Amino acid sequence: MPLDSTLQGKRDFKVVGTRPLRPDGIDKVTGRAKFGADATAPGMLVGRILRSPHAHARIKKIDTSKAEKLPGVKAIVTREDLPDHTDGDALLYDVLYNIMAREKALYEGHAVAAVAAVDTRTAREALKLIKVDYEVLPHVTDVDEAMKPGAPILHSTIFTDGLEPKPKKPSNVVRRYEFGHGDVEAGFKKADIIVERTFKTEATHQGYIEPHACLANVGPDGQGELWVCTQGHFMVRDTCARLLGMDISKLRVTASEIGGGFGGKTTVFIEPVALALSRKANRPVKVVMSREEVFKASGPTASTSIDVKIGVTKDGRITAADATLRYQGGAFAGSPVEFGAMSAFACYDLENARTIGYDVVTNRPKQAAYRAPGAPMAAFAVESVIEELARKVGMEPIDFRMKNAAREGTRSSYGPTYGPIGLLATLEKAKQHPHFKAPLSPNQGRGMACGFWFNFGGQTCVSLNVNSDGTVALSVGTPDIGGSRASMCLMAAEELGIPYDKVRAIVADTSALGYNDVTDGSRTTFATGMATILAARDAIKKLTARAAQIWGISAEAVTWEKGYAKPAGSNAGNFPPMSIAEIAAQAGATGGPIAGHHEYSADGAGVSFATHICDAEVDPETGATKIVRYTVLQDAGKAVHPSYVEGQFQGGAVQGIGWALNEEYIYGKDGRLQNAGFLDYRIPVCSDLPMIDTVILEIPNPGHPYGVRGVGETSIVPPLAAIANAVSAAAGVRLTSLPMSPPRILAALDRKAAAE
Amino acid sequence: MKEATGLLAREKGRAFVLAGGTDLLVRLRTGFIEPDLIVDIKRITATRSIDVRSNGFRIGAAVTGAELNEHAKLTKAWPGVVEAANLIGSKQVQGRCTMTGNLCNASPAADSVPALMAAAAKVVIVGPKGKRTIPVEQVPVAPGKTSLKKGEIIESILLPKRPPRSGDAYLRFIPRTEMDIAVVGAAVSVTLDAKGMCTDARVALGAVAPTVVLVPEAAKALIGTKMDKAALDALAAACSAACRPIDDKRGTSEFRIKVAGVLARRAAQIARKRAGGK
Repeated sequence: MPLDSTLQGKRDFKVVGTRPLRPDGIDKVTGRAKFGADATAPGMLVGRILRSPHAHARIKKIDTSKAEKLPGVKAIVTREDLPDHTDGDALLYDVLYNIMAREKALYEGHAVAAVAAVDTRTAREALKLIKVDYEVLPHVTDVDEAMKPGAPILHSTIFTDGLEPKPKKPSNVVRRYEFGHGDVEAGFKKADIIVERTFKTEATHQGYIEPHACLANVGPDGQGELWVCTQGHFMVRDTCARLLGMDISKLRVTASEIGGGFGGKTTVFIEPVALALSRKANRPVKVVMSREEVFKASGPTASTSIDVKIGVTKDGRITAADATLRYQGGAFAGSPVEFGAMSAFACYDLENARTIGYDVVTNRPKQAAYRAPGAPMAAFAVESVIEELARKVGMEPIDFRMKNAAREGTRSSYGPTYGPIGLLATLEKAKQHPHFKAPLSPNQGRGMACGFWFNFGGQTCVSLNVNSDGTVALSVGTPDIGGSRASMCLMAAEELGIPYDKVRAIVADTSALGYNDVTDGSRTTFATGMATILAARDAIKKLTARAAQIWGISAEAVTWEKGYAKPAGSNAGNFPPMSIAEIAAQAGATGGPIAGHHEYSADGAGVSFATHICDAEVDPETGATKIVRYTVLQDAGKAVHPSYVEGQFQGGAVQGIGWALNEEYIYGKDGRLQNAGFLDYRIPVCSDLPMIDTVILEIPNPGHPYGVRGVGETSIVPPLAAIANAVSAAAGVRLTSLPMSPPRILAALDRKAAAE
Repeated sequence: MKEATGLLAREKGRAFVLAGGTDLLVRLRTGFIEPDLIVDIKRITATRSIDVRSNGFRIGAAVTGAELNEHAKLTKAWPGVVEAANLIGSKQVQGRCTMTGNLCNASPAADSVPALMAAAAKVVIVGPKGKRTIPVEQVPVAPGKTSLKKGEIIESILLPKRPPRSGDAYLRFIPRTEMDIAVVGAAVSVTLDAKGMCTDARVALGAVAPTVVLVPEAAKALIGTKMDKAALDALAAACSAACRPIDDKRGTSEFRIKVAGVLARRAAQIARKRAGGK
C-alpha cells in the first residue's frame, strides 16, 4: 500500500496543515476563559445534591420538612418534583432515574434530593436535615457476579433481549449481541495452534480536570437559560426540556469553555436538577460537582470480563477468531459492549469470526462514553492473544499482524467491507521506525498493538457570516474539546482563500443554530469541518454573485480565487479582482449581509487505524513499572492542525497508560467506592511519562473534501494491549488483568517463580 | 505560644492547629472536618526557624519542606530526613507543608516520620502545664491519633548531632513517581567505624502497621556487620517480619510485607554509602 507520498486526490493546501496558535489559547493560559463554574447571576443560589450512601436501597420515604424550615433554604427537589414526562422512552427514563433516584437508589452516590440555598454552608446544613428512610438491599458491583444466578437483581423489568426464547425471569443481563461471519467451529478445526484466554479490566474514569458545573435560570414565565460545561449543548437542551416538560424553544443553552470531556460530558447529570431547583426557587441556581461527586455520580467507563479464542495455521494465517465480552455499564442499560464486540476483530482479515457481547447492569454509576467506548478493552484482550499466537507460531508479532491485517476490500468482522484504510500503512511505518529496532535494557520489554475506531458524522449546522471589513465570523454548534475552533478557522480560511487570523470561530448557543449532535465519535473536525467548508462555498457563491452584480456581468462569469472574485475569462469583461473586503464593504448596497450556511447529517466518516509501540521496564523486586518509550502511528486522513492531531495521539496514549497501569474503580465489600479522588485514583503525572512520539499518516478519507478522518478516539484503543504486551515481555509472564498495578505484577512474578 | 495553647485548652468544641495547612485545609474544604476553632501557629517566632546547636538541630514546627531543603547544614547532616520531608505532596505543597504537621496527622504512611524515627528525633511539646520533650515514636498512637493532650502543641523537632561516618536514607514505594502516598516507607540511619563496621543503626517502616514503627530487630541485623549481603538479607527479613499491614486500596498486605524488606535493603545501602562506606 502506498505511504503518505502518493496520496489520492492530493491537493495543495495553503493553510490547512499549518500550526497556528489556537484562538482560545491566550484566554485559557491567562485565566480569562469562562468555564462551567465561572458564571454568576444576580440573586444566584447555591445548589447541592444529597446522594445515597448505599449501593442498593429502596427509598421508603424522604422527609424534607426540617430542611425546608432552615433559614436561607429556597428550594428542595426530590423525585416528586421530577415527574415522568418520558412518554415510554426507556432510554430517557433511565436518564431521569439516573439524575434523581426514584423507587430505589441504585449505586452509592445516586442523587436522592437537592437543595438550593443562599450559600454553601446553608446548603450543606440543609442536606444534613433531609431524612431519607432507606431499606438497604443486597448489591453487586462485579460483572461476572452480576451475571450469576441468584445475584441481586437491580431492575425487575430487565429480561435479556437477544435470547431465544426470551427469558421469563428478570436478570442483570440487558441484552445479548452477536456479530461475525463464517463458521468459527469449522475454522478452529483447520487451526494448528489455538490460544484461549480470559481477561479482566477495571472501570476507569475519563478524569477530565473540570468537574461538571452549570448555572440554571428559569423564570416565572417558564423560559429558561442554562450555562453549562458540556460536549453537546443541543443535547442538554433537548434532554432537559423533555425531562422537565418544557417546550424546547423555551430553553436556551450556552456551552462554557470545557476542561476536558473525553466522552464523559455527552449526557446530563446535574443540569435538569439545577433547572428544577431554579424553577422552584424562582432564582438562578449554580450547581458544581465536587471531585468526589464526579467519581461517584458521573459516568466512568465499563469494567469487563472477556474470553478470546483464536486459531492459526503453522504458517501464521488466522483460521478462526471467537470472543465473548461481558461489560457492566453501571445501574442502567447501555454498557459499550456492542462497540466492543463490533470492534474486537476489526483489525483482521478473517474468514471466520464471531463476537458475543453481554450488556450487564450492576450497582455502580451509569457509565458514560469514554473515548472509543468499549474498544480499548476488547483490543486489550484480542491483541494480547495475537501477540502470544505470533510467538507460538515463531513469527515476529508485526509480521504476523501484517499477514492477517484488514485491507481495502476486507469484509470487516462487524459487517461492512472496508474502503481505503491505513492499517497496513501504520504497520509498515512502525516496522521502519527507529523505535522498533532500538535496543532494550535489562528488565525492559517491548510490546505493540493495533487499534480501530469507527468514527462518526451526525447532525451538524454551521453559519458563516462575512463581516463588513471582509473578516469572517463562523458559528458552530459543537463544543471545542480538542482545538476544533482552530481547525474550523483553518478550513474556512483555506476555502475562502484568506488568512487564518481573518476568521473567528465561536461555539454559538442553542438559539443561534439548528440542532448539532454532541462533540463525540471523533466527529467534529470531520463533520463540522465539512459543514464549514460547504458553508464557505455557499458564501463564495454569494460573494461572486455580488461581484457580478457590481460589474454588471452574469454570476456564472465570475470565479473565486485566493480571496478574490475575478472575471472567469477575458470575454467576461476586464475588471480588476475584487477582494472579499471590497465586496463586503458594498454588501449594504448590493442586497444586504453576506452569509453562508450548511446543515446536514454528515455521512462518510472514514474508519481509522493505529499501531502503537511501547517499551516498559519492570522492577522485579517491587513490580513497579515505568513506560520508557512510546510511539503512536495513526492514520489521520488529513491533519488539519498537526499539533492538535499529535496532541490527540499523545493524549490517547497517556490515558491508556493510566488505564493499563494504575487507574481503577476500587469497591469495598459494602459496595462503596474506596478511591473517589485523584490521590488514590492514579492518573499518570508528567514525571511518570516519556515524551510520546507520534507519526501522522495521511490516507485520505474519500468521504471528506480534504480527506479528514476523526483522530480523537482511535489513539486510546491500542495502548492497553501494547502496554500489556510490553509489561508481559519485561516480566516474563503474561498479565491478563488490568490495571497491571505493582501488587498484581509482583504476585504474577511470585507465581512464575513458584512454577519454575 | 502560651496564648495559642490557652486558646486550644479553653475551646469546648473541636479545635485544630494550623501550620502549613496542606492537610487541614483540604479536610476542611471537603467537609471532612467542621472545626469550632483553628489556631494558626505559623507566625509564632518559635516555630519559624532552624537552629544549629551544639547538640544538634532544632526545627521549628512551622518550618516548611522547602526551607528544610534550602538549609545546607541540615541537608548535609540528615539527608534522609530532608529527602523524606521533601517527598510530601508537590513543589507547591513543599512551600507550605511541615514535618510537625506530617507527624501530628499520625498517618501510618507519613513520609517524614520513619526518617525522623530512624534519626532518633525528639519533639518539644508546649502545653498548659509547661514544656516536655518526648521521642518522635511516642507521638502517633493510632491512625489519626497522637498522644498530645488537650491544649498541647508541638513547638519544635530536635535532631541529634551526627557522629562522624553517619548516614541516613528514606525510600518509599508509590505506584507513580510523585504526588502520591507511600504504600510502604523505609528509613535507615547508620553510623560506621573507621573500618566500615556498623556501630549504630536505627530502622523505621511506614504504612505497614497502624503507626509508623521502629524495628529494633532490623537495626540489630546491621550492628556489628559490614552491611554485607548476609546482613542486608537479615535486615530485609526482620523488616518483613515486623510488618502488620492491611489490605487496602493502596496495596495488599502480601505486597507490603515483601516490599518493606526490599526498600529497607535499598535504603540501608544508600545510608551506608552516605556514611562513607565502600
